[in-house]
Amino acid sequence: MDGYAAPDFANIEEYLDSQLKKSLLRFITCGSVDDGKSTLIGRLLYESKMIFDDQLASLKNESKKFGTQGEEIDFALLVDGLAAEREQGITIDVAYRFFATERRKYIVADTPGHEQYTRNMATGASTADLAIVMIDARKGVLTQTRRHSFIVSLLGIRNVVLCINKMDLVGYDRDVFDKIEADYRAFAADFGFENIQAIPVSALAGDNIVDHSENTPWYDGPPLIEYLDTVEIASDVKDQPFRMPVQWVNRPNLDFRGFAGQILSGSLKPGDGVRALPSGKSSKVARIVTMGGDLDEAVEGQSVTLTLEDEIDVSRGDVLCADKQPAEVSDQFQATMLWMSDSAMLPGRSYVMKIGARECQMQVTEQRYRIDVNTRAHEAAKTLDLNEIGIVNIALDRDVAFDAYQDNRRMGGFIVIDRMTNETVGLGLINFALRRASNIHRQSMDIGKELRASMKGQKPVMLWFTGLSGAGKSTVANLVEKRLAAMGKHTYTLDGDNVRHGLNNDLGFTDADRVENIRRVGEVAKLMLDAGLIVLVSFISPFRAERRIVRQMVEDGEFWEVFVDVPLDVAESRDVKGLYKKARAGEIKNFTGIDSPYEAPTDPEIHIDADRLSPEAAADVVIARLEQAGLIGS
Amino acid sequence: MTTLTHLDRLEAESIHILREVAASMQNPVMMYSIGKDSSVLLHLARKAFYPGPIPFPLLHVDTTWKFKEMIAFRDALNDDPQTELLVHINQEGVEQGIGPFTHGSAVHTDVMKTQGLKQALDKYKFDAAIGGARRDEEKSRAKERIFSFRSAQHRWDPKTQRPELWSLYNARIKPGESVRVFPISNWTELDIWQYIYQENIDLVPLYFAAERPVVERDGIMVMVDDGRLPLEPGEEPMMKKVRFRTLGCYPLTGAVESSASTVTEIIEEMLRTTTSEREGRAIDKDAPASMEMKKQEGYF
Ligand SMILES: Nc1nc2c(ncn2[C@@H]2O[C@H](COP(=O)(O)OP(=O)(O)OP(=O)(O)O)[C@@H](O)[C@H]2O)c(=O)[nH]1
Ligand SMILES: [Mg+2]
Repeated sequence: MDGYAAPDFANIEEYLDSQLKKSLLRFITCGSVDDGKSTLIGRLLYESKMIFDDQLASLKNESKKFGTQGEEIDFALLVDGLAAEREQGITIDVAYRFFATERRKYIVADTPGHEQYTRNMATGASTADLAIVMIDARKGVLTQTRRHSFIVSLLGIRNVVLCINKMDLVGYDRDVFDKIEADYRAFAADFGFENIQAIPVSALAGDNIVDHSENTPWYDGPPLIEYLDTVEIASDVKDQPFRMPVQWVNRPNLDFRGFAGQILSGSLKPGDGVRALPSGKSSKVARIVTMGGDLDEAVEGQSVTLTLEDEIDVSRGDVLCADKQPAEVSDQFQATMLWMSDSAMLPGRSYVMKIGARECQMQVTEQRYRIDVNTRAHEAAKTLDLNEIGIVNIALDRDVAFDAYQDNRRMGGFIVIDRMTNETVGLGLINFALRRASNIHRQSMDIGKELRASMKGQKPVMLWFTGLSGAGKSTVANLVEKRLAAMGKHTYTLDGDNVRHGLNNDLGFTDADRVENIRRVGEVAKLMLDAGLIVLVSFISPFRAERRIVRQMVEDGEFWEVFVDVPLDVAESRDVKGLYKKARAGEIKNFTGIDSPYEAPTDPEIHIDADRLSPEAAADVVIARLEQAGLIGS
Repeated sequence: MTTLTHLDRLEAESIHILREVAASMQNPVMMYSIGKDSSVLLHLARKAFYPGPIPFPLLHVDTTWKFKEMIAFRDALNDDPQTELLVHINQEGVEQGIGPFTHGSAVHTDVMKTQGLKQALDKYKFDAAIGGARRDEEKSRAKERIFSFRSAQHRWDPKTQRPELWSLYNARIKPGESVRVFPISNWTELDIWQYIYQENIDLVPLYFAAERPVVERDGIMVMVDDGRLPLEPGEEPMMKKVRFRTLGCYPLTGAVESSASTVTEIIEEMLRTTTSEREGRAIDKDAPASMEMKKQEGYF
């Protein structure tokens, strides 16, 4: 329910009209654990008279039960709405609350201070125009204060209110306030904030929230609500040209084809030239269709349906742009990324990216560096763990239209989704394109794979042998290759140990290196397929995700996963190379099966029970299956 | 240059969300509860897909204890070529004779509403259910994402919600899983009424004050909507000028005395009120976290 203070209006129509004219401000509270963020929001709701009698009564009850303030009201309980939050007295997830003053309507996101829940803080910050950074006067600027301020700055929030809270606990001491303000300004100096307004408050006692507090006669700035009511927030896309990602192609009958979407920036009139990206086709706007009638003009923020004068091909995910100032198009970017998952970001792994209304496949090709949130120093690191921030190069499986995040938030922000769990695991901000799509043309060849293969009288196929160390992959692969050679087939075997001595001699056995190892081998094997060969690859390749990437690199039916399956204790008892012994002794780190996982194939093309079958019998199975599938033989 | 009002922006955001669901899910459905929020949602859906029809059906989970006027209002939708209405009743519940008087409000709501909803979602294999819940309604709703993930058992896990950045909604799920989508998350009760006024949206007459037969129970005024309400000894239905701030099962929905018979009068009355909208709902009172628990179990 809205906080419309004591209703004093003569006429309801006038009142409603005045409500419509209010501007909307979206802000967040952030900062370290227990600095009083939720208490402040609870206080703001209470002061703007938006707590009803029945809610106040239940608040009083709950304060006695869960409150941190003895018999007093604990305002944080108004906001901490989950049972787990009330029990633990902390915020876990962001809460969205609403209130209004005479001048403005507010949507507040109260975010958690705990480092563990940083992703929820980022969720709140991504849609905010202003951030209240809370600091406990007794503690000053902490690591979480720095982390949150950094994220606020990255996400493009330019207005900060520094609420130095719990002034009641430091005797409303001006020196404490001045010192914290100076500290904060010093470290936030290059964050690009346009305004930092520091206010001494007590969220609990209500000092400097609505009125000037008598406890801080030395403070001559505005109280919090007055500041929020009057701070100027310029639209961050004010001067940006027309952009509208197409969400939905509206085709109720053969005579109507409309493109529906929300305008992210700029404005548009019938007759204006638009260009569809990434295709680059241009047309003119015929009509701006809404249920209330056609519009003469549409502006930033509106959801509309456009029809065009020409029949150009536009589908969901394409972006309609001002013809004269189109967005950029590329499939490779440099981006800033915040990682939000417990499983680390691994370069080379395939993820899903959502940008605008488009989903595509992405890979981090390289992480340039990681940023220490405390010092902002650049650190060498190939991966990103939970809550870490890095600068990365990204490659997509197709072209997308974008603007740099700093020019247009909603045209340059993207999320990263794990292909297997479907979790949102990262957020990214595009800094710039690494190459322009128009500059690259993949070399098209006159002699193709099919021709090369048919000259050899065979069908190219990739046999991917996976399994534990010592399972017998190389032995079986070797026997299969001999049989194929005897049948006159052209083959090549890529073997883990051999490739690691050459092409991949710069890689170790960390998760990130294992991913890169497989990516390179996959690319090489793909080139060999293209040459028309039957390629045998014999690699432990412990991760399902990487094997799947290779599968997706090639055409359907070309990738054959051969699972050489033995139980760990069998492989370990064979221990041909003595490696298990060393791993058990701790002399080898990250050894598959011992202290690094092996993810068995769930649905391999060929499953070999190598515990029971001899290598010769296993090779027979492989050959028989290839014959059955018509890939080799008579 | 056109400048957008606060309501214009809310409307545009909701339309964007509705189009995202329609475009990214295989088989979405819109929950239609016949109340004012559902009426606003339906209006927004018409706008989002105009001039085309709404590309998903509406679903009403009928507990068999709704006000008669609600059912009449709902059935009028069958004449509208732009919408497709599905009605689901938990037949097992009916066979067991579940009702608010015999089994209490908690069991009734769980069986007829929550279980009924889950049955319907499973029956039609909907992978997205669009609902009209607002964040300002209740503390745990204030914590909910716009695209809110549900497990194959329809459970909500408030502690592991997917981060939701900008207006990029992650709609990816595995077979059997689903999402609940809340396009009017950021609207307040006042926004809803003001929008109903601005757009002239049709509502069930129960929202407007009229003489109706009621009895008073545990401080709640219950309307005698049919013969199934067991009267206690000495209890006499009285005619009072009342209206409803929210609509549900009639025995569980409290009326308020009122003379507001137009939308502006309702807004005026609301501005002077000192209790929240949900106070008239028996369902939320059991325990402070009861809404959260119900939602975890699959309630809307
Ligand atoms: N004395 C005093 N105590 C305060 C003040 N503001 C908050 N507190 C207390 O500080 C504790 C933490 O307050 P919260 O509002 O829960 O802190 P938070 O920043 O929301 O914490 P998280 O969301 O968990 O990061 C509670 O016990 C509050 O009552 C204040 O101005 N003065
Ligand atoms: Mg908090």
